[in-house]
Parts: sequence; C-alpha cells; structure tokens
Amino acid sequence: MAEKVLMKGNEALAEAAIMAGCRHYLGYPITPQTEVAAYMAKRMPQIDGVFLQAESEIAAINMVIGVASTGKRVMTSSSSPGIALKSEGLSYLAGCNLPALVVNVQRGGPGLGGIQPSQSDYFQATKSAGHGDFRMLVLAPASVQEMVDMTITGFELADKYRMTSMILADGTMGQMMEPVVLDTKEIKTFDKPWAANGTDGKRPHNIINSLCLEAKELEEWNIERYKMYSEIEENEVRYEEYMMEDAEICIVAFGVAARVSRNAIQAARAKGIKVGMIRPITLWPFPKKPLLAAADKVKAFVSVELSMGQMIEDVELAIRCKKPVLLANRVGGIIPSPEEVLAKIEEADKMGGNN
Amino acid sequence: MEATRITIFAGHYGSGKTNIAVNYALHLKQHAEKVAVCDLDIVNPYFRTKDSADVLEQAGVRLIASSYANTNVDVPALPAEAYAVIDDKSTHAVLDVGGDDRGALALGRYAPSILKEGDFEMLLVVNRFRPLTRTPEEVLAVAREIEAAAGIRFTGIVNNSNLGTQTTAEDILSSLPYGEEVARITGLPLRFTTVRKDLLDAVKDKPTSFFPLTLQSWRPGTEA
Repeated sequence: MAEKVLMKGNEALAEAAIMAGCRHYLGYPITPQTEVAAYMAKRMPQIDGVFLQAESEIAAINMVIGVASTGKRVMTSSSSPGIALKSEGLSYLAGCNLPALVVNVQRGGPGLGGIQPSQSDYFQATKSAGHGDFRMLVLAPASVQEMVDMTITGFELADKYRMTSMILADGTMGQMMEPVVLDTKEIKTFDKPWAANGTDGKRPHNIINSLCLEAKELEEWNIERYKMYSEIEENEVRYEEYMMEDAEICIVAFGVAARVSRNAIQAARAKGIKVGMIRPITLWPFPKKPLLAAADKVKAFVSVELSMGQMIEDVELAIRCKKPVLLANRVGGIIPSPEEVLAKIEEADKMGGNN
Repeated sequence: MEATRITIFAGHYGSGKTNIAVNYALHLKQHAEKVAVCDLDIVNPYFRTKDSADVLEQAGVRLIASSYANTNVDVPALPAEAYAVIDDKSTHAVLDVGGDDRGALALGRYAPSILKEGDFEMLLVVNRFRPLTRTPEEVLAVAREIEAAAGIRFTGIVNNSNLGTQTTAEDILSSLPYGEEVARITGLPLRFTTVRKDLLDAVKDKPTSFFPLTLQSWRPGTEA
C-alpha cells in the first residue's frame, strides 16, 4: 500500500486527476479552489501536460469542449460564481455528448457572496447547470481521501456515459488537510471511437456538434439521452448508511454537513436517541430508494445543509412526503455546529411515534 | 530555548507554519513579557493565525493580523501594525509568513529593518509527508525561491513532519533522517523537530531537540 501523504483537498483532487490520466487542465483562479490551479501549474509541466490559465471561466469551459472532443481526459475547476459563468459551456458539453470533469469548490452566494464554504449550488449542480434537458453526474466528497477517489470515479463515469461529471465540494473540503493514500489502483479507460482525433485516412470524419437542424432529430437525441439517464439512476447511485440499523431518525447530509452530522449523531446516541444517517455520495443520481425504504422505519428526517434548504426538496420527493423532514442549516459561509444539529435531532425525536 | 527577538517561520505551502507560529509564541510567552505573533500570510485566506485568536488572547500574546483576515474580503492585505512589532525592540515577534515564494514576497518589505537589527532567526518549516517537498532536494529548491523572494536567508530548519491528527510516533521517528538530511543539504542547523504533545513520551529519548505542539483547531465540529 502506498504511503500516506498530507494534502489539502484541492491539491489531492488535482493529483488524482493526473493519476486518472488527465493531462489538460484549463481554469481560472478563484478562492477557495485556487490551489487546484496552483498545483496544476506546478505539476503539469513536469509530466508534459497542459496547464492553461484562461482569460476567463467562459474561455476555460470552451477549451474543455475542445479537448474533450479529441477524446482526452480534461478538467476545469472553479467556485460558485465561476461555475455560473461556465453554464453555457456545460450545456454544450451535454449537447455534444462529451465527457469532462468539472469541479465546484462552493462558496457563499448569491452574487459575489463570500469566500467561506457553502452548499448552496445544489440546485445548480443537480437541476439546472445550464439550458436545455440534461443531467450531470454529481459526486459529493466528504474527506480529502474522497476528493481523490471521486475524482478518479468522476473521470471514469464521464467517459463511460459520455457526459460531464461534477465534483461538488465546498470550501472546507478544498482547504482542509488530511492524510491521503494516492492509490495506484488500475484506472479504467474507455475506447472513444467518436473522438475527433484524426482519421488517418481510414474512417469517416467524426463530427462533434450540438446543433440539430431538424426538430425530430433534436427530440430523438433528448429521448436517447434520457434513456441513458434512467440507466444511470438504476446503476450508479452511491450512498453511505451510518448507524441506520435501529435508527428512528434519519439525517440526510453530504460533504462537510455529513461530517458535522456524524459528530452530532454520536452526541445524540450518547443521550439515547436512535439516529442514523444516509449520506448521498452521488447527488445525481440521488439515492431515492434507500430514503424511501427508510421512510417506513423512521419517524422523521433531518436534512443538514449549508444552504437555505435545497436538498430537502429531493428528500421530500424521495420519501413521497411520508414523514416530516426538518431542516438544520446555516448559510453565508457558516457551518452548522454539531450542537445545532443535535438540537434539531432532539426536536425530531419529540415528533409522534413510528407509524 | 534561547530566542532571538524576531523569529520568522517560512516554508512550503501547507508545511505547518501557522500552527508552529502560534505554539512558538505561546511558548515564548512563558519566558518573555511582551510577545506578538504577526500574520504576514497574503496567500491563504482560509487557515490563519486569527483562528487561534482566543487562545492567544488568553495567554496574553498580541495577535497582529489584517482586519480582513477570516472575512469575505479576499485581498492580500498586510496588517498596518506589523511595522510596530518589527521595530519595537521590547517585543518578541513571531512572524507567520505565507507559503512558498509567493507568500514570502510580503516578508521582503520588512527585510531591511530585520537584517539591520540582526537579532532574528528565519526557520524553514519542512514536512516530509507533503507531496511536493518529499525529498531534501525539493526542499532546497523551495528554500532558495523563498529566500530570493524574501530577501533574507534561512538560518535553521524545523522538521514539522506530520499527518495532522493521524500522526503516529512512528511517523515522527521515520522523519528524523529526513530532517537531518535537509539540514545537511542546506548547510543549516536543525533547530527542532515538532511533535504533538501526546506523542512526546514515545519519541523523547531520541537525540534530537523536540518542540511539543498543540494542534490549533480549525472549523471545529467538522472533525472526522
């Protein structure tokens, strides 16, 4: 087993991208993800890769489209307002059926907001990254090790389905330092017969395009893509259950909120309250089935978020509103404390019996 | 530990300078009347000496930090009061410099008066477990870049090899040859090796000077 090293989430993610075979990073600095660009600026020249600081986020995402068209693994990263700037490009990536890895190390919003951590781009990532009918695979790491593992998974899933994978992290995930193992496990690669990488005079041209001249053709493409999305919802849901065996209350939390929630769960368990957690690892596809199953066992849910309550809507939908869902949240760059989450757990505990 | 009037901690990004600066200032306060820790970090807006403001205040250590530190004002500002402690010969000043040469640039503006007074040490903080400074040769390259940016040469080495809260005594012990090799290749004395307080007993019979550390808390409640 490889030796542990101490890394910031942003650095670990960047190194993981290199391990996954990414040799093209196009980006633009913004706190709190600047270390991704800084790390790539140091590492890419050492391995004959390309680091390019584009003139803007919009330029960077359009360069991503260019690289992805050639079949190379490519990545860009930014933080909330920068991701908003990329939204047109994200839609074009979907329209062109191109794989790419896009990283959002979220900060507080709306507007310029602040530089402190946030999860308030949940809607943007899972519902509305850009115009048109499309989805992105959204992975939510909760440790520096997961920043590594999910970056690799993100590249693999992107190639497998020819779509964008997004790492939805936040300021704490990007900035915190933890030991990681930069595993040398085998990286999956995929044939890309669709890539515009030179015909060698041996095959017809591949054309990468998101424009359909006929309405019927555009409709067919959309239907085709949604068939694939259904397949993904069936096969690629990732989540983690924590102390759910006997739980009467179910916390739902991802990323840094899940870390706080674990500490709150331990405090609640010490008080004799049976609480557990379902931690979505993929935010899209969302773990609807395990949540619905939990709804028959628990008396209430608590959605813990660094937003005004975005994921809570998906929790309510997933459980078909069978049980009450409470919200434990802080915004503006503030992280809910374990005590605040515990208070919400106690409130949930006072709710009616298990029916 | 005999202390110079000014102690500067500089080194690679994420090598542990801020944590050491806070601990070192608290240590100095046990022997000196006036101690100040000065945040010169213009690179990292997220992990700052200001995170330890309470513990410093309780100990009577003056914290000099930009009024923008730990706010949403994401500008590389230096505290105006920095000159006060650097020039005030009655205060022991601990300077926490930002990472790499980019961070050390800020030190450059204070270099003339620090060099003129001469009563200082500038310590290179190294961590064997940081991926871009794993070999003494890589450390040497970073050290030269920092010196060029700061306009001051290092005078000693601090071996701060650690894996954060997961550090074991074995990790510390395995890093001792690295600390010695960095000292040899740079031609500088190894000033001390840091060790988390609870691990001190397990390593203290080794023939090196250990400096016990308390890890400063960062975003409490998010611990794994």
